Amino acid sequence: MNCIIIDDEATARAIIAQLCSNISSLNVLEEFPNAIQAIKYLNQNDVDLIFLDIHMPDFTGFDFIQTLKNPPKIILTTSDSQFAIEAFEYDCIVDYLVKPITLPRFEKAVLKAKSTAIEAISTEMSSSKNIEISSGNDLYVNIDRRLIKINIPSIYLIEAKGDYINVKTEDKNYTVHSTLKKIEDKLPNDLFLKVHRSYIINTKKIIDIEDNSVLIKKDVIPVSRSNRPELMKRLNLL
Amino acid sequence: MEQPNLSYIHNLSGGDKNFEDKLIAIIKTEFPKEKKIYYNNIKSNNFKEASENVHKLKHKISILGLEKSYEVAAEFENNLKANCTGGQNDFDIILQLITDFIDTL
Repeated sequence: MNCIIIDDEATARAIIAQLCSNISSLNVLEEFPNAIQAIKYLNQNDVDLIFLDIHMPDFTGFDFIQTLKNPPKIILTTSDSQFAIEAFEYDCIVDYLVKPITLPRFEKAVLKAKSTAIEAISTEMSSSKNIEISSGNDLYVNIDRRLIKINIPSIYLIEAKGDYINVKTEDKNYTVHSTLKKIEDKLPNDLFLKVHRSYIINTKKIIDIEDNSVLIKKDVIPVSRSNRPELMKRLNLL
Repeated sequence: MEQPNLSYIHNLSGGDKNFEDKLIAIIKTEFPKEKKIYYNNIKSNNFKEASENVHKLKHKISILGLEKSYEVAAEFENNLKANCTGGQNDFDIILQLITDFIDTL
């Protein structure tokens, strides 16, 4: 699991990095002393797990979570147990570690994060039936037990929203219980591109491109650093 | 009075001396800065900010195995949140205890 650490205290970051080094399945990509830097990083990079301090100046851990459209799994790290109840309000929070963190307790939290990731994959597999066949220019999606036909070229954006995806077309938007991976497999590669872990775009509908984002209709969509080269390759550049 | 110790750091390191040295170096750099900010805020009667400083310092207190001192710090943090400095003397003694200890490392 690719993870990042967010904590304004250097001592805490060093301790969490050391705890991570004991677990071979964890790969620490970056450490951040504040949430703002982490948000910028997450706009361009995919992360599976965040170790997040709650008590930070200016921008708390909870403020940070609320800025994320499709948050990865989060393990909170704090010196207080008083925020535990608030933590339960967020589906993305898998555990709550009180400092000083011990290795056995840390391992237990990571195990929980892995378990929830496996559950998510199971959900993805069971939801695959909601994206039905794609024949020619049409895609059929299962909404409220009805198979709705969507004209594929009219789709300009698909956005992940937890266990659902929003399929946006020229005329209408559809919310389907499925995943980006499943719909990506049904779409023609020459037309559609996954530019971020939460977005697939129709490259023919792009209006303009800035450094790390594209404008499609009125939607500004972030582009991950890793996906940018493929996007640039698709464009008919002068 | 309880004394600071490196038991937690030793357990965490699993014998990794490089990590121990690195963490102690970070604490030796970070602790005096946090302490200075805390005293400035106390001097300026910025009790809310001071409570946040105490919150951060609590972590160092716990890392150095000072369990009872941690409770004293937690109570002082709550007092500061209520604009009261009750418990400051005891907390300042803990800070001095840690200062003396990390000077020996």
